[in-house]
This record gives sequence, structure tokens and C-alpha cells, in this order.
Amino acid sequence: MAIDFTKALGVHPQALALRARRTEVLASNIANESTPGFQARDLDFAQALSQAADEAGDGPALDTDDALKYRVPYHARLDGGTVELGAEQAAFSQNVSDFQTSLTFVNMKLRGLAKAIEGQS
Amino acid sequence: MSFRQISDIAGSAMAAQTVRLNTIASNLANAQSAAGSEAEAYHARKPVFAAVAHGGDGGQRVQVLDVVKSTEPLRKVHEPDNPLADEEGMVYYPNVSPVAEMTDMMAASRAFETNVEVMTRVRGMQQSLLRMGKEG
Repeated sequence: MAIDFTKALGVHPQALALRARRTEVLASNIANESTPGFQARDLDFAQALSQAADEAGDGPALDTDDALKYRVPYHARLDGGTVELGAEQAAFSQNVSDFQTSLTFVNMKLRGLAKAIEGQS
Repeated sequence: MSFRQISDIAGSAMAAQTVRLNTIASNLANAQSAAGSEAEAYHARKPVFAAVAHGGDGGQRVQVLDVVKSTEPLRKVHEPDNPLADEEGMVYYPNVSPVAEMTDMMAASRAFETNVEVMTRVRGMQQSLLRMGKEG
């Protein structure tokens, strides 16, 4: 009986891909901090992940364009931009930690599979 | 995975902030450069940033659209002894505000460093991805 890696690894590969995607969106926000009128965006992670999990077949079909939401700023700025560096940095930092967590889960699963394949511990 | 695009985005922001720092240095350096006419006088320069879509994943890099000259009025001073003075004894000083330029410089260098930090963190993510499945 073959091991189905997609099933064995669970939702974590998709979570990793989404975390990487969110990193890009947050990095864009931070990069455009001084761009006038720039609308900061963020990935609705829970929605994107449940959508990706529903569609999960052979690979992660990440159709997450709907999940990109506009950030509501705490303070209005004269130039219309909605990037708040503190909020973006916090989100970025948290996202990196979550990425490492998902990666740790995948690593643990892979190690478990390796043990199962070798048949000895 | 799109780490290369993230590095591109952070890099574009660093390049844009460098242009900004460049214009600030130019403004501060020329803050006291007098001239004999309004046209010859140094005008403060400001870069114009714009967001450009980068890749299909919603990433947006920064582009320097243009560097525009400030339309603020010049400082007109009566200095008949100045060799640059016109017939009426007036010289024109640039419309550079050193205080505004200094605060702008702090904002620019802080934005630059934030993007350096983004690049460092992304590199860390990429490295841990490469170690995936290995022991330890």
C-alpha cells in the first residue's frame, strides 16, 4: 500500500504556501509605506485556507484573489495611503512565526513518515 | 513559492528610498546656494512614488515615477553686495526647508531599514524551507 503524501501531510503544505503568499502581500504593504494613496491589503488567512482545503485535490489550488482584503487603518492620512508601519511589521513578524510553525509541523510529519518507511526507530 | 518576488518588492522599496535620500542630500547641500534669478535658483526636488503590480500574486513593488521640482516660493533676499545680485540687488535662495528635509531623511532611512529587515526575515524563511525534511 503506497503512502499518500498529500493525505499524510494534511493541511500544512497549503498553510505554508498561503503563509508565503501572505508574506508577499505584507512585504508589498511595507515596501509602499511612502507611496501616496497606496491601499494596504491583507490575506484573510482563515477564509483562504478553508477555501484551499475544500478544493484540495492533487495539489493546492490556491485561488485566493477573493481573500485579499483592504486594511482598515487606525488613523487617516493626508495622502490617502493606508499603510501603518507598526501594524504591518507586527503582522509580518507574526506571519513569519506562523510560517515557521507550519514548517515545523511538516518536518515532524515527514520524519514520522521516514520512520514508518524505514520500519525501525 | 514566491520568495524571489518578495525580495524584488523589498529591493524596489530600497531603491526608491535611496532615490529619496539622494534628493534630500541634494536639497540640503544646496540649501544656501544663491542665484541671480528665479529660474537659475535651485528648487527643492521631490521623488514621486507609485505602486506597480508585480507578479500575479497581489504583490506590488515601488516605482519612482518622476522627480519633481517644488513649486513653493523662493526666498528672495536683498543683498546688493552679493556678486550674484540682479539690478535691484536681489538674490534668490532655494525653497528648501532644512527641518522638513531632516524629518524626511529620518523617515526615508527608517523605511529603508524596515525593508532590509523584511529581506532578512524572508531569507530566513527560505533557508528553513531548504532544510525541510532534514534531521535537527
